[in-house]
Amino acid sequence: MKEYFSRFAVPDNGEPMIIASQILIVIVSLGIIVGLTYFKKWKYLWNEWLTTVDHKRIGIMYILSALLMLFRGGVDALLMRAQTSMPENGLLDAQHYNEIFTTHGVIMILFMAMPFIIGLMNVVIPLQIGARDVAFPRLNALSFWLFFFGAMLFNISFVIGGSPDAGWTAYFPLASTEFSESVGMNYYAIAIQIAGIGTLMTGINFIVTILKMRAPGMTLMKMPMFTWSILITNIIIVFAFPVLTVALALMTMDRLFGTQFFTMSNGGMDMLWANLFWVWGHPEVYIVILPAFGIYSEIISTFAKRNLYGYKSMVFSMVAISALSFLVWAHHFYTMGHGAMVNGIFSITTMAIAVPTGVKMFNWLLTLYKGKIEFKTPMLWAMAFIPIFLIGGVTGVMLAMASADYQYHNTMFLVAHFHYVLIPGTVFAVLAGFTYWWPKIFGFSLSEKIGKWSFWFIAISFNVTFFPMFITGLNGQARRMYTYSESTGFGPLNFISFIGALGLAVGFVLIVYNIYWSTRYAPRHVTEDPWDARSLEWATHSPVPAYNFAVTPVVESTQAFWDAKEKGTQLFRGKYEPIHMPSNSGLPFIMGVLFFFFGFCMVFGMWIPSIIFGLAIFACMMYRSFEHDPGYHISVEEIKETEKKYGVNSHENQLA
Amino acid sequence: MGIKQLFPVKHIAGFVFSLVLTLVALLVLAFDMPAKTGVVILLVTAFMQAGIQLVMFMHVGESEDRKSIYTSVFYALFIAVVTILGTLLTMIWGYE
Repeated sequence: MKEYFSRFAVPDNGEPMIIASQILIVIVSLGIIVGLTYFKKWKYLWNEWLTTVDHKRIGIMYILSALLMLFRGGVDALLMRAQTSMPENGLLDAQHYNEIFTTHGVIMILFMAMPFIIGLMNVVIPLQIGARDVAFPRLNALSFWLFFFGAMLFNISFVIGGSPDAGWTAYFPLASTEFSESVGMNYYAIAIQIAGIGTLMTGINFIVTILKMRAPGMTLMKMPMFTWSILITNIIIVFAFPVLTVALALMTMDRLFGTQFFTMSNGGMDMLWANLFWVWGHPEVYIVILPAFGIYSEIISTFAKRNLYGYKSMVFSMVAISALSFLVWAHHFYTMGHGAMVNGIFSITTMAIAVPTGVKMFNWLLTLYKGKIEFKTPMLWAMAFIPIFLIGGVTGVMLAMASADYQYHNTMFLVAHFHYVLIPGTVFAVLAGFTYWWPKIFGFSLSEKIGKWSFWFIAISFNVTFFPMFITGLNGQARRMYTYSESTGFGPLNFISFIGALGLAVGFVLIVYNIYWSTRYAPRHVTEDPWDARSLEWATHSPVPAYNFAVTPVVESTQAFWDAKEKGTQLFRGKYEPIHMPSNSGLPFIMGVLFFFFGFCMVFGMWIPSIIFGLAIFACMMYRSFEHDPGYHISVEEIKETEKKYGVNSHENQLA
Repeated sequence: MGIKQLFPVKHIAGFVFSLVLTLVALLVLAFDMPAKTGVVILLVTAFMQAGIQLVMFMHVGESEDRKSIYTSVFYALFIAVVTILGTLLTMIWGYE
């Protein structure tokens, strides 16, 4: 019995930090259960959230989970900076440090950036194209729950069984059972697999939504730029994620069933993992950055009070980026040992990406030119993005040169580079989008004052944290080293980095405080269009009613709502009609739970329970196949009543 | 309606053609040939087989949205070919 349960122990059990988190997790979970019971919220939680298929609520849950993961990954980052702040620091040992940088990478990319973006696209896209929901609402809920339980499975690794510790890239042979003996890398393979299936479904769902459910009149070339960026992003998702699915499946087989795909003997090829990982991994970078480009396009054009400059070139450059993103992956392992020809080819394709990206940069600058710029919080993020991302981009071109890369490879220079791309590119963007669309979701704005404080804290501290890494990197500090000697001279700059990391922490705490403060004190329902914006999502009420639009809007240009305000074009023509809506379902949540237990049993090689859970998953799918689910209708009276609550007295009023 | 319109010429032709392609692919097993020739035969017949499925049986070019269907098919082909050839290039041909 004891032997059976000993597998769940963390290898270096006894580490005070891990014991503390174990206790904390138990207390918090108990607290949530007791709280829900005490306030009698179980039914509310189940009916309104766990079973919902409403894209807006699913979006909110995505964003909440992403914020939660941002703090998990952020604590990892703080611990890393604290450990390296001084030479030969003893805060973390090598093993613990390995685990932390691994989970930091996985969580920030897959469980923070991706869900944050998917959350925003869930909330905004159907509204922006004038639709009532996504094409497959039930599938959308399943996507979310698969992501959520995948993320949870990954997160419990550090208190049950041991964290993954082979880097977020999980290179073989290090990630094989020979060198990573704990179950950590099993968690990696299976948790990301589960979340990845959810992401793939999201990709299909949103391609269909955008292609098939746009409001009448909205041709492809009249779509708002954010919708375009999301369409391209989802196309990349659909083409890139299957590679990860296959690579992770091979990894799972290697680790659990003793196959030899990535081993160094018996015909295995260890570097094939790196190859497959980056065939997915590089497009993945564009999956998290293209939506950011879309968000910035919306925000810059709104706050510069100008039409987006170069609409067509924006679209074409995104299409070019999506194709090029599949042609550059080998630049992640220039030093692996291939010849000058291969490195040359991939150098050229990599540098070529700078061209369409540059086109977009100039388009934003030209949108700003002669604009009446308003520096609201979302706009501040966008303005900081341009110069900081430029530094990231230029160092990227430096890294793209294969011969020079032999110097930069695996140093802190690289770490500085990708944080200079991903933080302004993705984190600033989702924070900007979060602030920008918050009033749409909740019907009140976040405080500008606290928002600006958090912006300045984050923007400045970001540079304080990551700029020194360019220098230490060029001086030869390798990444992923848990400590260094004093004679290297890396100490002072690393200490500056640590101070910056503390500043970043303050900035993120301010964002949470802003949510708290604004929820309590911000004035409600000031206006439905607080930023004087341009696209369709602002044409409906805030918070958005369940049916989104009482009457389906008709679109004539790329900025339908702006034209309605300025030129008086009519968005809503026709009269109220009963609206068909999808019914809620508990099945996606139940399937998520089953996937969680299936994955957990797989991680520990407990075959019989995992077969049972696997069969239960198939049973759910069978049930769904035979289920009759006609949805329901919202009657005209109900629509009138709801509209009345928003202050629209009669249908005629709304048309005027 | 004459017998000509009722007789599914396209389907029969496609069916016969796919049978022929299967037989040609089987030649690789029946005859002793160098591995490279075998792989080339298999690849060519496999792609033709896929094409026949798409055109003859799945009617890829017959609906109104054929433009977007062709675009996505070619994009998928492009990505698949790039991934496979690129992997061969980085892992085998270009390896020193």
